[in-house]
Amino acid sequence: MTSILKNVVNEQLASLSSKLKLDNLKLGNRSVLGIPYLWLIIFFAFPFLILLRISLTDMGDGIDPFAQMLFNTDGKWRLILKVENYLSVFREEPGSPWLNTIYVEAYWLSLRYAFLTTILCLFIGYPFAYFIARANPAHRPIYLILIMLPFWTSFLLRVYAWKGILADQGVVNRALMAIGVIDEPIAMLYTDVSMLVGMTYVYLPFMVLPLYANLVKMDLRLLEAAHDLGAGPWKAFWLITVPLSRTGIVAGCMLVFIPCVGEFVIPSLLGGADNIMIGRVVWDEMFSANNWPRASALAVIMIVVVIAPLLWFQNSVTNTPHEEGRKR
Amino acid sequence: MTMLTSLIHHMRHLVNKYVSKFWLYAVFAFLYAPLLFLVVFSFNSTRQDAVFTGFSTRWYEALASDPRLVDGFFLSLKVALISATLATILATLAAYALVRLGKFRGRTFFSGMVNAPLVMPEVIIGMSLLLLLAGAKHTIGWPDRGMLTIIIGHILLGMAYATVVMQSRLQEMDRSLEEAAMDLGCRPSQVFFLVTLPNIVSALIAAWLLTFTLSFDDVVVSEFLSGPGVTTLPQVIFSYARRGVNPSIYAAATLLMMVVTIAAIAYSVYVSREAKRLAQRPKD
Repeated sequence: MTSILKNVVNEQLASLSSKLKLDNLKLGNRSVLGIPYLWLIIFFAFPFLILLRISLTDMGDGIDPFAQMLFNTDGKWRLILKVENYLSVFREEPGSPWLNTIYVEAYWLSLRYAFLTTILCLFIGYPFAYFIARANPAHRPIYLILIMLPFWTSFLLRVYAWKGILADQGVVNRALMAIGVIDEPIAMLYTDVSMLVGMTYVYLPFMVLPLYANLVKMDLRLLEAAHDLGAGPWKAFWLITVPLSRTGIVAGCMLVFIPCVGEFVIPSLLGGADNIMIGRVVWDEMFSANNWPRASALAVIMIVVVIAPLLWFQNSVTNTPHEEGRKR
Repeated sequence: MTMLTSLIHHMRHLVNKYVSKFWLYAVFAFLYAPLLFLVVFSFNSTRQDAVFTGFSTRWYEALASDPRLVDGFFLSLKVALISATLATILATLAAYALVRLGKFRGRTFFSGMVNAPLVMPEVIIGMSLLLLLAGAKHTIGWPDRGMLTIIIGHILLGMAYATVVMQSRLQEMDRSLEEAAMDLGCRPSQVFFLVTLPNIVSALIAAWLLTFTLSFDDVVVSEFLSGPGVTTLPQVIFSYARRGVNPSIYAAATLLMMVVTIAAIAYSVYVSREAKRLAQRPKD
């Protein structure tokens, strides 16, 4: 009798302790999730609301960007939002022609540089990733380390080095003059050339790594099958390899394009007066013109320009028929 | 006829081989040319940066006697140590939540927030954080722009990258080890410190190194969040670089590259040793 009682008590205790453990775990889990969640809400999500809020306030000298927006008159609450900041991005003043401002030009140039950089990275990076993925498996890790090693050295310093390489009296011009290809230095620094070289240089690894991850997983028997069915190497490449690596191409292009749009350091170091990009303009608006509302409006528009392709990107990756080609 | 086709085939094979070799070497040359340039011209005897006029270490001496660069270096070191440590802790928690907690309310929003800084232009991150901190200063009188605000920005930036590293490690880790420990009566905290942590330690090191480098290298976020008199090393370099050629910066770059290369070699030796140790462990 006592042994039965003992067993029952033991069972009860065990179930109680397991319950306690479960609750304990849940509490632990709650803080595991809660701490980073709270951090991100305070320092990532909330700042965007402030950005949006300030973009809708009055601009002008001496006006407090954190001024009240909600007013109580005769017992009614009124929210006052100003869209002038957004309008002033697209036209200089009421009545002047639309889309003829330095801001629109900066957006346009940013998108143009981002697009050209993406194309250059794809053109250089695709064959590069392809040849590494088809190289001797023993050599592949070495190639990958070699791609990532410069990445660990200061990005700023690597960009700065191009200044010395591309200058009028720089290494490239001196070398070209020494072997007699040119008589006078070609202007490369502070032009489109230096901008595109610098941006392609910095963002190339972002294109190569997702492409490599995709290409190395490809089933090579498909190419053999294509060969057996009479397709030449080029035809097989265009009809099989390229479509199968679509997710890698999309991932690489997004990873290059999006940060390129907002690039700040490269145009400051390698760009001239004509190579204005929106990141720099936002900075100037913030710190030189001290116009926080307009800077905020510019940033909100930039998010819209950047987020739209991002959503498209996510869609196209999640709707892919080739599950095995997915990166994550 | 068959001989001809086989010859064509052979030629094509050769061409392919040389084209691929050429492409690989050309791109690697492109990736390493600036690094080589920095190292070579850091030892130049004059301010010239196209002709090597002679070997000297004068730029290294100039570097050591430039208080702005030296102060910036120590500030950057402090900021990077603190922000890398905190970002790795936060990222481990976030990755644990994403991998182990299954579906919870607000999961999509949470993972969106975790990953967004990876693709968000840094200018926007820096600017919106500045607006938050300026708003806080405006309403509660704290914090002033300085080291603290830079650290907050760098944690935010580094956390996104570190979470990716930790997430992939936790995903491939064998969960039955933790379950076994729990069955054997370990408390959740014991499970974490005795089983989970030793299993993810190499990923933790990788995440920490990555966030350290990101912080030590960052210009944009620091430019937005630093205050008067507080300038990190990249900020000092950035302001020098915009003014023109300064071989002291080449010297700084060379020293930095040396540190990075040594760290990378040490880390790869550590990883390969770990892999060997795991391979030698008897499987029973």
